[in-house]
Amino acid sequence: MSSETLTPQMSSSAAMVRTLGIVATVCGVIIVGAYESTYSAVAANKKLALERAVFKVLPGSKSITEFVAGPNGVTEGTDVPAGSVKFYAAYDAEGRLNGVAAEAAARGYADVVRILYGYSPDCQCIVGIGVVSMRETPGIGDKIITDKDFLANFQALDVRLNAEMSGLANAVKTVKHGTKTQPWQIDAISGATVTSKAVGRGINDSAQALLPKLVPNLDKIRSKAS
Amino acid sequence: MNPQQPERLSMDTFLEGIWRQNPVFVMMLGMCPTLAVTVSAVNALSMGVATAFVLVASALLVSLLRHAVPKEVRIATYIVIIATFVTVVDYAIQAISLALYDALGAFIQLIVVNCIILGRAEAHSSKHPPLVAVTNALGMGAGFTIGLFALGSVREIFGTGTLFGFPLFGPDFQPWVVMVLPPGGFFVLAAWLLLFAWFRRRKERLAALAAGGQQHGA
Repeated sequence: MSSETLTPQMSSSAAMVRTLGIVATVCGVIIVGAYESTYSAVAANKKLALERAVFKVLPGSKSITEFVAGPNGVTEGTDVPAGSVKFYAAYDAEGRLNGVAAEAAARGYADVVRILYGYSPDCQCIVGIGVVSMRETPGIGDKIITDKDFLANFQALDVRLNAEMSGLANAVKTVKHGTKTQPWQIDAISGATVTSKAVGRGINDSAQALLPKLVPNLDKIRSKAS
Repeated sequence: MNPQQPERLSMDTFLEGIWRQNPVFVMMLGMCPTLAVTVSAVNALSMGVATAFVLVASALLVSLLRHAVPKEVRIATYIVIIATFVTVVDYAIQAISLALYDALGAFIQLIVVNCIILGRAEAHSSKHPPLVAVTNALGMGAGFTIGLFALGSVREIFGTGTLFGFPLFGPDFQPWVVMVLPPGGFFVLAAWLLLFAWFRRRKERLAALAAGGQQHGA
């Protein structure tokens, strides 16, 4: 290397600031353009994905409305203040309440397992689950969405409230494979106990928080507000 | 990177990235997304296309600005340019498919620090006119996509018995689960590298044999 390259000519600070400023401005404009032009498509995609997930756990639903259940009852909206729980009310074609869907999350084997469950007020039970996101081992933990015996747990999982309406009458519990005796128990998948337990724990935590606030106010959301 | 790079546009400008300097199999750049997202052919292909887009777009801009950017701030400028196009890709993928967006996860944003892109901006685009830079970036992007697809398709076929989601084997197929787990990425990459090394050795041996034969003949 010659001495010339070792002592390169310094560019003026003004030139550097100018270049970075111009490049950053141009890039900013490009990003805003991309954001604006994709915004509606992204929002539509997110809504569609949410509807599809809710319709899957509550078959027969045709539309959904987002609600927040707080200490002072349920209100329509998407802002979730502390101590409140978000849920989705699903309505059938005639606008009657078909069920309620809410998210549950608990630590699984690899990462947090986030599921969506459907609650039916008629039987006070959980009638279906779907996975929102998980990173469980393929072929083992991810059986929670394919294993028919496991999914049978969620045809009518009992989540009745206790007499004081302060919590579930019986906590949802995941039990060892083949030992399920009660309607509020979840029969774990043999070999995927950690993930099965995460599902049970997530549902229990979420139901304990949501249902005492939701059930006394069910009449308010019986029919779709139009 | 390669001092003998042609200044003018030629077929080799494009082909270099696909074969002789393939980013995945020869230069071994961008191994992080290569190993992480290639669990299925769709993921691999989309990641490759996303990276190729950022590569081409940033090559164009870097090349256009190559005389205007002071040396001291060139890396900062490149990163700003690359980050911009990564953000554009990020929004585009969200608009196309949320499922794909979730599958690729953080690796879309991580294209910013993909060493192929910064490496090509520094080593090639900043020294060549726009047409040459873009052609070379296209080749590199295609090479990267081919590399990812080579891994992704093999891993999907072995790991889940499907290709692009279509089942290839009967219902009795027992998936080779390790292939879609992290170790599978290393196994498949190693197998491909082994294949290419064997190919090269064989070519060299044949060339040596031919040269020896000629000597004997003369």
